[in-house]
Amino acid sequence: MSDLRELYQEVILDHNKRPRNFQKLEGANRTAEGYNPLCGDQLMVYLRMEDDMIKDISFQGSGCAISKASASIMTATLKGKTKAEAEVLFETFHKMVTADLGVTFDQLEVGKLAAFSGVREFPVRVKCATLPWHTLHAALEGKREAVSTE
Amino acid sequence: MRTINELAAQETLRGRPAGFDVERVRQDFPILRQQVHGKPLVYLDSAATSQKPQVVIDAVTRYYQAENSNVHRGIHLLSERATELFEDARAKVARFLNASDAREIIFVRGATEGINLVAQSYGKMSLKAGDEIIISAMEHHSNIVPWQILCQETGAALRVIPINDDGELLMDEFKKLLNARTRLVSVVHVSNALGTINPVKQIIEMAHSHGVPVVIDGAQAAPHLSVDVRALDCDFYVLSGHKLFAPTGIGIVFGKAHLLEAMPPYQGGGDMILSVTFERTLYNVVPFKFEAGTPHIAGAIGLGAAIDYLTEVGLDKIAAYERGLLAHATDALAAIPGLRIIGTAKEKAGILSFVLDGVHPHDIGTILDQDGIAIRTGHHCAQPVLQRFGVPATARASLAFYNTREEIDALARAIHKVTTLFG
Repeated sequence: MSDLRELYQEVILDHNKRPRNFQKLEGANRTAEGYNPLCGDQLMVYLRMEDDMIKDISFQGSGCAISKASASIMTATLKGKTKAEAEVLFETFHKMVTADLGVTFDQLEVGKLAAFSGVREFPVRVKCATLPWHTLHAALEGKREAVSTE
Repeated sequence: MRTINELAAQETLRGRPAGFDVERVRQDFPILRQQVHGKPLVYLDSAATSQKPQVVIDAVTRYYQAENSNVHRGIHLLSERATELFEDARAKVARFLNASDAREIIFVRGATEGINLVAQSYGKMSLKAGDEIIISAMEHHSNIVPWQILCQETGAALRVIPINDDGELLMDEFKKLLNARTRLVSVVHVSNALGTINPVKQIIEMAHSHGVPVVIDGAQAAPHLSVDVRALDCDFYVLSGHKLFAPTGIGIVFGKAHLLEAMPPYQGGGDMILSVTFERTLYNVVPFKFEAGTPHIAGAIGLGAAIDYLTEVGLDKIAAYERGLLAHATDALAAIPGLRIIGTAKEKAGILSFVLDGVHPHDIGTILDQDGIAIRTGHHCAQPVLQRFGVPATARASLAFYNTREEIDALARAIHKVTTLFG
């Protein structure tokens, strides 16, 4: 159960139950769709960009607790960030969920994203955690094709 | 079927079926002795792939250690031996399915390749624009996509038999779908996502009364039921070895000899020819016409060994034991608050798809894995049928005759743990 508590931290369970920014975004000027064919996860990320600034962000879709909470915390973290800042956070997040077990992370740098540090002990779940971020990346790049984890 | 029901009734009365000792059977499967995350492995994913008994592992090892050689071509002793073993395996499959002739058994990679073979060879030969193929709403992607490809190539159309909320085919609707344009019916014997056992004999009779041949996808049926292709009178029957306690990469197409003889080859290459010049090639006879290239010899031998093993354990005993196990599992899961079983047909094989209120199946899978319990989560390569039930994914526990009631109880306890964690 202890490993499971590492994965399913309270923050994650809370965001799974009550996801933030979980709706279609009116006035969105960038969207992207992401799939995880392995488990059937599917989500849409909506962005309202002003110049390089993420003025508003939301998501919709169905997925496991990890992907849903990841999307929820991602949207909460990125509101008001620039595209460049978002890309840096994606890189940090990706490093954190794929890092070796001994590696520690600067709390200031990762903030709320730290809730996902337990994911690295569950390699098959890394894709669940990163799907929202890959989808965000596609939206920022203005890609038309749906993103797949496979 | 009656025999199985009677045996099941007997089983329920006594608690155990006569002459079936699950603990002894478990000794035959070395993989089951291991621990996963510090807990004894509870393998409930046999519908994805079954575990292999020692006799199958030994047959494959012995082949590579002492018998390895190419088949149908060498004049030396090893090649003769390998050919004999390979053809013996074909004869075992023929007896297992009660085919009248070993020539009716074609070795392929698995059920998927089997359906593709029928679609590309028989289908392409017999279909034209405006014709119709009937499948069902509970098909695996492997019994949907090959027909969609064929439809695109020929201009034929796909028709789908709907199902009710229990996951049973609506036979009246099937009757309505059969018409003068119908050229082929292809349905699953046992649904991998729901566990439903379809009334294939009736389906075949109805199709035949319209002069329409029938393909049966038996990938999930063969491990649970005894299959008699002559009693069914099916035109084609496909199955996968790896779901039948044999290696991956080997499978079977049964086809009626007169159909196979009329069909063009599926792939070209060595072994499927009699003679080749740049002007003209003469194809080999059935079944070799459909087996281009060096086959999976060890896989076929392993499949033969698995069939010997199943025959020795007794297919009727296996079916009776599994029926009792399924009843126990159904009761255990149905008693969990917030759990909904997807697929509640009256005739079911050992497959339990379920969803849990407020918990995604993927999370259930991870939590169960920590207790050493292996289940499948996701869409089970059958997205249309899950859409029919309004769920994107399910958790699926699938049974084999090496599973025990204690393992089912461990599954139920672990699901309670999920409910607590997410509560």
